[in-house]
Amino acid sequence: MQSGDFRVTYASDERIFETRLPIVGVVALLAALAFVPLIAGTYWLDVLNRIGIAIIGAIGLNILVGFTGQISIGHAAFLAVGAYSTAILETKAGLPFWLAIPLAAAVTSLFGLVFGVPALRLKGLYLAIATLAAHFITTYGIIHWERMTNGVLGFNVAPAMVFGLPLDSDARIFYLIFALVVPAVFFAKNLFRTRVGRAFIAVRDRDVAASVIGVSLYRYKLLAFVISSFYAGVAGGLMAHHSRIVFPDAFSLLVAIDYLAMIIIGGMGSIIGSIYGAVFMTLLPEVLKLSATSLTGVYPNAFGLIASVRDIVFGLAIIFFLMYEPQGLARIWLRFRSYWKLWPYAY
Amino acid sequence: MSDQIVFLLQLVITGVAVGAVYSLMALGFVLIYKASTVVNFGPGELVLFGAYVAWATILNMKLHLAIALPLTLVVAILLGLVIERGVLRPLIGEPIIAVIMVTFGFASVVRGVLNMTWGSDTRPFPALFSSQPFHLGPVPVSPVHLWSFVTVMVLLAGFSLFFKFSLLGTAMRATADNQQVAQSLGVSVKGIFALSWCIATVVSALGGIILGSVRGGVDFSLADYGLKVFPVVILGGLDSVTGVIVGGVIIGVLENLAGGYLDPVFGGGVKEVAPFVVLVLILMVRPYGLFGKRDVERV
Repeated sequence: MQSGDFRVTYASDERIFETRLPIVGVVALLAALAFVPLIAGTYWLDVLNRIGIAIIGAIGLNILVGFTGQISIGHAAFLAVGAYSTAILETKAGLPFWLAIPLAAAVTSLFGLVFGVPALRLKGLYLAIATLAAHFITTYGIIHWERMTNGVLGFNVAPAMVFGLPLDSDARIFYLIFALVVPAVFFAKNLFRTRVGRAFIAVRDRDVAASVIGVSLYRYKLLAFVISSFYAGVAGGLMAHHSRIVFPDAFSLLVAIDYLAMIIIGGMGSIIGSIYGAVFMTLLPEVLKLSATSLTGVYPNAFGLIASVRDIVFGLAIIFFLMYEPQGLARIWLRFRSYWKLWPYAY
Repeated sequence: MSDQIVFLLQLVITGVAVGAVYSLMALGFVLIYKASTVVNFGPGELVLFGAYVAWATILNMKLHLAIALPLTLVVAILLGLVIERGVLRPLIGEPIIAVIMVTFGFASVVRGVLNMTWGSDTRPFPALFSSQPFHLGPVPVSPVHLWSFVTVMVLLAGFSLFFKFSLLGTAMRATADNQQVAQSLGVSVKGIFALSWCIATVVSALGGIILGSVRGGVDFSLADYGLKVFPVVILGGLDSVTGVIVGGVIIGVLENLAGGYLDPVFGGGVKEVAPFVVLVLILMVRPYGLFGKRDVERV
């Protein structure tokens, strides 16, 4: 009987799946996802699509904040650059989406590189304030570079075409989004089994010690910004194709805070935690909406209160997790699992 | 005097007046940072809170100003206590990202509660000062600006005297200087944390009231003014009260000059973004600001 974790080789410590059951589970989940668009209604497909996009964005932010320890309040700006680059490359340069999204992600990486330069001199709260300022400067640029971005109006994006088939419905775009979510998760998961990923963690845990053992702080901090913004660029490109309209208000400071909340609630420094957080934060307003709908009979004003209730619940959730479960949903799940693994002989 | 000079003087005067309000709001921010090294990322919501409570007591409950204003400040003090006790004290010693996020968290709760109680429509705010402009030489000055400037200066002078001469003020300075030594001399460090939050919510509320009466209305865009605290404190130095006063006025003037001269050229919006450009530049060349201590976390 298994009675705890005994890892005696590096290989066993690095394994992604400890037993075979989770592999079966993941494969079954992916297979089930392939059939979801056939049965789910448009409402839930839309929610699932938004979850998928949030997963990619949240993993990107977690690589930067959770794994490398560089606090960034500028994630909304990355998403905006990704979405706008995709939209501009497609509508102005006439590129197909399968070229536009990777190119836009590359542009966002470059942007992230510039964004990351303050991180070379600043850390902690100074970096947080610098990224906050960079967010406002980016938003200003987007609104006022009107020839490129159409200013506050933004613009419409034509549906992506795959072999002459327009991805214009929630069911069709679903496949595109999850075709990108899966490699995004696997790349991130494997990143932290490599030298680069371990260097990120070393920079987070103690930057001086990391530089003493030969981790170049300059290189890895900038690399973290680049990878993180690449993810955000992809997520932004998918946003452009999912909502098919790009406008500045969709990338406000609140979006950046939402993404930070995802990784706090899901679990900082945990890939699976980013997924939990993305699911939680996307479902939260939907659950509130559904409960408001069922409450309208008793309390006719319920629907008008959703926005404020969402703010309150959102804030309380952040406060609750920081106080009582700083490692987030990922940790709760681990505890739950290990309890049942050893049941009834826990301890 | 030529029109251009009048225009320039007008921009400067407005800038000084608005900048004084920034100084006031930034004072709360700096006090919290000095006492407990907590950075408050929800200054805008504290400003909103004060403005809305003042609106509710003056216009909604129709209380006399002499009752309504103290009442608003008492409510602000209560908010400060709740935030410090309920949210920040449990997180003493936690990583900086946790502290930053928790301030976002309570800011969100405050915004939600305000929105739920009073809705998001623009509320007319009583003009606390007369609106008839008078002439200072050739330059027209609106009394709102003059009085808000005078009010802020009186408040800041009052706070300076408080820090310099009162026992509590001395205790606050001692805590900011060295928590352990202060504690060993009998200063209640926790009490000082709470006090700094109360002062912060009070000055933010006063800032909200002044901004509300300058603009003649209260809505959620007031929170954007709170964010101007960041350029002010970075320019002045995160831990300097002098820096707050100088930084606030500089940012206010700079913002108005950018608005007056650059907005027509670049098509608007420069006014809002200019303080943040200054912020980034200062961080790159002199992260401790004009008056801050030099022990900034550098890599």
